[in-house]
Amino acid sequence: MVEWTDAEKSTISAVWGKVDINEVGPLALGRVLIVYPWTQRYFGSFGDVSTPAAIMGNPKVAAHGKIVCGALDKAVKNMGNILATYKSLSETHANKLFVDPDNFRVLADVLTIVIAAKFGASFTPEIQATWQKFMKVVVAAMGSRYYIGILEYQQAPEICLANAAFSH
Amino acid sequence: MSLTAKDKSVVKAFWGKISGKADVVGAEALGRMLTAYPQTKTYFSHWADLSPGSGPVKNHGGIIMGAIGKAVGLMDDLVGGMSALSDRHAFNLRVDPGNFKILSHNILVTLAIHFPSEFTPEVHIAVDKFLAALSAALADKYR
Repeated sequence: MVEWTDAEKSTISAVWGKVDINEVGPLALGRVLIVYPWTQRYFGSFGDVSTPAAIMGNPKVAAHGKIVCGALDKAVKNMGNILATYKSLSETHANKLFVDPDNFRVLADVLTIVIAAKFGASFTPEIQATWQKFMKVVVAAMGSRYYIGILEYQQAPEICLANAAFSH
Repeated sequence: MSLTAKDKSVVKAFWGKISGKADVVGAEALGRMLTAYPQTKTYFSHWADLSPGSGPVKNHGGIIMGAIGKAVGLMDDLVGGMSALSDRHAFNLRVDPGNFKILSHNILVTLAIHFPSEFTPEVHIAVDKFLAALSAALADKYR
């Protein structure tokens, strides 16, 4: 099971409390679509994503960025049980949306960069370390239901989380 | 994902803007990597102090960023340009090349912190591609 110290829990709440999802969500999703253009495969119905300017100005991208990043709120409020919290979202992404789970890691890394740009030097190395641990757990939970066909993951989802924690 | 002419010119222009702070960026990126990815500390067990801002971290971060700055001028032949450093990392230092991606991420975080308005999405993609190509060149001699 993932353990959080009191200091880690309050760091995550403090960081999240300062994030304006209406601003950061669109910036993060837009940046993912620009920096990793193959991710555009999931957004065929969003209209013009042909240039960075089109992407950053696209209202559907902005709206979706708010939804996707806003879903992190569940994890912040349920840090003791992130795996269970994301069970059905993971299933939806695996079985209905067919999203490659590597994209969760990509979004987490870009979100970290966007938050770092907003916070500046107050996003210290120690705060970054805690935030990235949180991101790793969220990413692993979002990927967890992709492996339910594999017996060892059914029996010990914590192993799935621990393994994910050592990859980048 | 090879570097286009546009990628190279974007990287060169951005590096021109940051070169005055390159040492600071390198030191901070290394410190962030050692703090947020503690498995990377195994390569520096000979240092007394691995905390961000310590003497060895600042010094070594500057060395790394200096080498990256030189590589900006060698983008037309990164494999050739990085050959000696690749030998060193492969046979002497024996750093697992998976770690190059980790340091690259921390360089991007540090650039975003110090240059929030210059580190646009367009600059981000070019620098990300450059660091990936550089990492591949650094790993070229491993086997």
